[in-house]
Amino acid sequence: MAGKVKPRVKVPKKAAAGEVITIKTLISHDMESGQRKDKEGNLIPRQIINRFTAAFNGEEVIAVDLEPAVSSNPYFEFSMTVPESGTISFTWVDDDGSVYEDEKKITVG
Amino acid sequence: MNLTRRSAFKVAGGVASVALVPVAFSRVASAAMEDAIAAFTGGAEATDGGGLTITAPEIAENGNTVPIGVSAEGATDILILADGNPSPGVATFHFDKLAAPEASTRIRLAKTQNVIAVARMSDGSYVRAASEVKVTIGGCGG
Repeated sequence: MAGKVKPRVKVPKKAAAGEVITIKTLISHDMESGQRKDKEGNLIPRQIINRFTAAFNGEEVIAVDLEPAVSSNPYFEFSMTVPESGTISFTWVDDDGSVYEDEKKITVG
Repeated sequence: MNLTRRSAFKVAGGVASVALVPVAFSRVASAAMEDAIAAFTGGAEATDGGGLTITAPEIAENGNTVPIGVSAEGATDILILADGNPSPGVATFHFDKLAAPEASTRIRLAKTQNVIAVARMSDGSYVRAASEVKVTIGGCGG
């Protein structure tokens, strides 16, 4: 795929215990749907991010199964409760088997 | 929509269940759509409303990136479908304990159509909701 796949996430650095925070994630990816044709009329094979997950201290928070109908540069916004200080880790799984990862620390106090 | 022989039989066979579904749904639901919902619910019946909210624009200028949000108190999973795309599936959200049962994303809509959400509640029941989005420029790279 064209361009480098780069995840970007926005997570507050600090939170109060039990606070509900909003997390925004974006990953640069073409999300080639498998419906488009090139100049010669051949189908361009599908290549999308098919799964996104977020986990807090190893415990899954949210998982999303994506279909080609999710826009390019898939964006997700969700909310979660922060029980304690820890690390939130994000993974994106590509059709080609690549796994892209990012993580952010949240301090409670 | 195309009413195939198969879906016609399905409708005929499921009169009892169809009676619970309002006209809007039975009118738009294609066979692929029914299959996608059945795969998610395991054949269980989804009722309307019930606290499931779809946040979507009434008119989307660009079908390539339509912002939508879903939210349902007490939901563990939410399936999102679009009935006018080449295939109905859009995304499925799975919410664990720490997550609030709401999320937003951006989706592709090929043309003016209904965005449909089905939520699996923590008590095992299913609710559904639909929202029509008018699309000015389609979003499937046509």
